[in-house]
Amino acid sequence: MHEGFLVYAGFRYLKVATLLCVAAIAVYAWHSPPDEPNGGTWLGYGLGGIGAAIILLLMWFGVRKRRYGTVSKLQGWLSAHVYLGLSLIIVATLHTGFQFGWNLHTLAYGLMMVVIASGFFGIYAYARYPRLMTENRRGITTEEVYAGIGELDRECRQVASTMPDEIASLVLVSCNETRVGGSIARQLSGHDPDCGTERAFAGIRDLAASAGAEHGGDVRKLISLLGKKSTLLRTMRRDVQLKAMLEIWLYFHVPLSFALLAALVGHVISVFFYW
Amino acid sequence: MTTEFDIVIVGSGPAGLSAAARAAKRGVNHVLFERTDHASDTIYKYQKKKFVMATPDVLPLQSDMQFAAGVREDILGTWDAGLDEHAVNIRYNAEVTAIEGAKGDFTLTVNGNETVKAKHVIMSIGVQGNLRQLGVDGQDWERVQYQLDDPLEYDGETIVVVGAGDAAIENAIGLTEQNEVIIINRKGEFARAKQGNLNAINGAIENEVIECYFNASPARVEPGLLVLKTPEGEAEVKCDRIIARLGANPPRRFVEACGIKFSSDEPSALPELSAKYESSVEGLYIVGALAGYPLIKQAMNQGFEVVETILGNPVRPADEALLEERFAAIEGMAVGEVLEAIQNNVPLLSHMSRLQLREFMLESRIHRVRPKDIIFERNDFTNSVYSIVDGAVDIQINPNDPNEVVTLRTGAFFGEMGLLSGRRRTATILAHEDSILVETPRRAMLKLISSIDAAKRVIDEAAISRQIQTHLAPNIDPALLEEVVSTATIESFSAGDVMIEEGETTDDVYLIRSGSMMVSRRIGGRDVVLSYIPAGNYVGEMALLTEAPRSATVKATVAAETIKVDAGAFKRLLEREPALKSEIEARFRDRLVQNVEVEERPDSGDIIDFLVNQGLGEATDVLLIDEALCVRCDNCEKACAETHGGKSRLKREAGPTFGTLHVPTSCRHCEHPHCMSDCPADAIHRAPNGEVFIDEKCIGCGNCARDCPYNVIHMAYPPPPKPGLLQWLLLGMGPGPGEDKTPRAKPEGARETATKCDMCKDIAGGPSCVSACPTGAAIRVNPEEFFSITASTKSGRA
Repeated sequence: MHEGFLVYAGFRYLKVATLLCVAAIAVYAWHSPPDEPNGGTWLGYGLGGIGAAIILLLMWFGVRKRRYGTVSKLQGWLSAHVYLGLSLIIVATLHTGFQFGWNLHTLAYGLMMVVIASGFFGIYAYARYPRLMTENRRGITTEEVYAGIGELDRECRQVASTMPDEIASLVLVSCNETRVGGSIARQLSGHDPDCGTERAFAGIRDLAASAGAEHGGDVRKLISLLGKKSTLLRTMRRDVQLKAMLEIWLYFHVPLSFALLAALVGHVISVFFYW
Repeated sequence: MTTEFDIVIVGSGPAGLSAAARAAKRGVNHVLFERTDHASDTIYKYQKKKFVMATPDVLPLQSDMQFAAGVREDILGTWDAGLDEHAVNIRYNAEVTAIEGAKGDFTLTVNGNETVKAKHVIMSIGVQGNLRQLGVDGQDWERVQYQLDDPLEYDGETIVVVGAGDAAIENAIGLTEQNEVIIINRKGEFARAKQGNLNAINGAIENEVIECYFNASPARVEPGLLVLKTPEGEAEVKCDRIIARLGANPPRRFVEACGIKFSSDEPSALPELSAKYESSVEGLYIVGALAGYPLIKQAMNQGFEVVETILGNPVRPADEALLEERFAAIEGMAVGEVLEAIQNNVPLLSHMSRLQLREFMLESRIHRVRPKDIIFERNDFTNSVYSIVDGAVDIQINPNDPNEVVTLRTGAFFGEMGLLSGRRRTATILAHEDSILVETPRRAMLKLISSIDAAKRVIDEAAISRQIQTHLAPNIDPALLEEVVSTATIESFSAGDVMIEEGETTDDVYLIRSGSMMVSRRIGGRDVVLSYIPAGNYVGEMALLTEAPRSATVKATVAAETIKVDAGAFKRLLEREPALKSEIEARFRDRLVQNVEVEERPDSGDIIDFLVNQGLGEATDVLLIDEALCVRCDNCEKACAETHGGKSRLKREAGPTFGTLHVPTSCRHCEHPHCMSDCPADAIHRAPNGEVFIDEKCIGCGNCARDCPYNVIHMAYPPPPKPGLLQWLLLGMGPGPGEDKTPRAKPEGARETATKCDMCKDIAGGPSCVSACPTGAAIRVNPEEFFSITASTKSGRA
């Protein structure tokens, strides 16, 4: 019923990209230029033109994605984006004729390969993390989790109101100093080494022995409540981590593609300028 | 002292006010008597701030007094101003206690002592002056009341509300703000109330805001105590106050004392009237609720008309011009002649009174069609019903052969199957010859079916035979089906009702005509769902063919109606028709195979169970997200907002998930949309492709949002206009790109309206949520596709 972007329309764009690559390789093998293969032969210009056109088309995806209410499906565009993007590895490499150097031309090539590599990670992320997110969330929405945490905090405060100060202050630490998310590194790690709830949990466990028999029941209750809160926090942090993994690569993919575009423009201008 | 008038009007309700204003405007010597110290007591006694509707919407108002939908206070204010403006001679605190005499010489007794002479009398006293009483011992306790003006008048009391109609429910809900409320319902459910009130009261009972005694009736009253008769015996309810809202009866004793005859001895019977509202006493006219027209606008029009009639002026009914426009397709016939022709030619419409027919025709359309004109096509999602006033149409009964047709002639109707099932049209229909057709939209047709038993009977009889013919035994001569049709009966089920129980030994066959069913079997102590069966299919043939006990349980997933086909009659038909028998046996074998497959892979049954629980049993189109593909980019929500003026009608994350199959909060475009059931503005429609949408007529009452069981309709203020990028960047105008554009506070002069998914019906690329999904996670499916979902589950994908 559901059809992912990789299998879209019976692998239509995989077929197109494969055809393009096979044709490029065949022509490259058949072609014997006067001197060694390079971007300046008719084949070099041809492959370069095709490659540049594909890059522009791939970058147009960012615009197309934000056009709503269109006749065609965005899914088809993503499918084409992925397969044509991968085909650039062959098309652009053949375009270079394997001539590399410390210059703008190779910079453009290098940037392109890094963009493709980040895109490759994107495909991996899109294939792997959505399912993990669903499994992690077990059908609970973000709002429900936060409402659950709020409710546990309220119960903790209620229990702590009749307890010794050191325990009550630990409960306040749990309520006030627990954060989900934060810096990029924190998001990606899925953990918080300085989590208020963990500190409170450890502290109350240590104090449990000295709390006195009359508080025994309440301490056990607090530990159980904080344990539940920890579980919810783990779920949420894992959720944030997976969401970050789904997005982080775009922070490389998109800016680098603009750098690539700039380098490409420079590459094209310089090539024609020094014709 | 005796004074003489040309026209005396008794009662200053909407009808009386309108009549008096007309008389004043015409310069007639008149007087309007009102029993209380204010005009229009019935509306005066409405709950404070009650919103009063101006139904029927299509009917124009023909009166010198103004009236439009609004709150009680505004309406009363307008009328008081109208009384002054027209210098109506109104006398308050003047109760007419007797009317004697005849046309030209009536004598009225006022307040028992004064007499007044009149040439004509217009009686517009309504029925609210004669409220039904509890009728039990002790009912004179001073805290038993039959009205409630302002529910906030009472605070901290325990109040018993007796009754199950709209007034009782509105009172009970209004009182809960400050009081403990108990409601007494004589029946097992609240069936008479409007849908919005029904939901409100059921919700309040469920949330224990109101306590309800069902199947209970008052036995006696003692101060501070109401004793009830319940199925379990007597129950005592302590209370500070009893409010009984039991409706009203015509004030028969007074009316009969004036010499007026009633149509029957029933307590609810109305006086006999001529077409001009003249009673059996010549010169004495009756208008308004007592004449059988409880709606304000109708009553006001009657008040106007009756004065013109008395003055001997030709009266053009208020809706005449509109009807002329409606009937423009038929040249050379007056409105009256067309109405006459419709009632003479179409049995379905012949049971309405002339006034009902007028209203019905205002909502309908007349078409004049030429041979071969297409009236509707197979798979259209329209749901109006057509009647043939003159001419004939052809139904293409075989989708593969357009020449195989059945011809319907003058008097017949068609299109009722789409109406009843809420599904796509089952056949294409073309005009056979030059014909005149009446097309009636869903709402008017449902009103006809629910208010006139004879019409319901006519529709049901035709529907049974057509549905059996279409879905169970196509290609069979209708004459051979006669026995099956005549023994078939219609059965209704609520959601969750069991139609067939596993193990029972019945063998009737059921054709589902509306709603849907779920087939399940008990395996290893738990119910395993085997299949989902939408309307237009039959179940129960297995037991008939195998003569074994029922092999599975069949339950209604939503409110459903089935046609029960008698086993004996059906068996005899199968014996006569070997082709049909082998077809049904083939279908039976398919089911066996399918059931075995599902039993081996119970998860696909679980998915059906899950989807049905999410209301997909009544859906025609639903958004499903495969979370294994969804990258949580929310582009679906953004697309929805961008294509709908900045307000998304979809919440991706909300909603339940089974495996990786997620049902977001988004409209299911139900077969029988709950939202449509109680839209006073008639602003919710179904487009030919099935989209249920709300048009600009929405008045923002919020009924649909309350009626929707899936919470997909939201009340929202119109979003501010989207500024250009530079305007936003440099001048800080309006919401920027990607910002929430929903106004938080009420914008000046704005009105909330209902917003819901319209499946992007006006966008060529179809639903934006689907077309904007980059990974293919979001799809829209209809119930027929459910099986392919479950089938793909088998191969490891969901």
